Amino acid sequence: MINLLLFANFQEVIGSKALSLELNVNNILELKNYLLSKYPELDFNFVMVAVNEEYATDETVIKSGDVVAFIPPVSGG
Amino acid sequence: MNFEITDKPIITQDIINKVVDRNAGAVTTFIGTVRELTKGKKTLFLIYEAYEKMAVKQLSRIGDEIIEKWPNAKVAITHRVGKLEITDIAVVIAVSTPHRKDAYDANEYAIERIKQIVPIWKKEHWEDGETWVGNQLETEQYPTGKPEGVSHD
Repeated sequence: MINLLLFANFQEVIGSKALSLELNVNNILELKNYLLSKYPELDFNFVMVAVNEEYATDETVIKSGDVVAFIPPVSGG
Repeated sequence: MNFEITDKPIITQDIINKVVDRNAGAVTTFIGTVRELTKGKKTLFLIYEAYEKMAVKQLSRIGDEIIEKWPNAKVAITHRVGKLEITDIAVVIAVSTPHRKDAYDANEYAIERIKQIVPIWKKEHWEDGETWVGNQLETEQYPTGKPEGVSHD
């Protein structure tokens, strides 16, 4: 089970703040591809990703229980 | 707690009090406020949203980076989330150091880093619609998907 957190425009496209996914994916890239197949309008350009609250990359390995968050370009301050 | 996300109005003096130090000769305070006009377009109000747990971690990381660069500095940052009206305070950064130049420099460093690595988003509510701001000219973009200087740990 991958716990997915969504913010800003990602939350609006997917229509949810958080999802729990029973998925057989090994890394972030595979998760992105799965999401794109379900939500083709998602745009991952310039979107960062965090696994368990630390910045990660497409190659980062994910396992059941991990919290994955997509971080669209930030605009704090 | 020197690094906080809050949904309440920020009292600037509370943030300053966290960096008071007997060896400080300077305290700089940056107050980020909600602006009404952006390139002629009128903002009615803003909604700030944060990935709170991670935002606090990243704010605290900025504090660590500052101590590395300016070892005698003390830093406190509070960012507000929720609905903010024009002139409301969105963020307060207080830095104290023994000498003033470091306090100015470290404070500017903090706001620049906030705009790079802290997961906070603002949604502009204009007169004619709403948009998540993510492509402000002053915001750096990260084609590699990862901000510079952020180690993978």
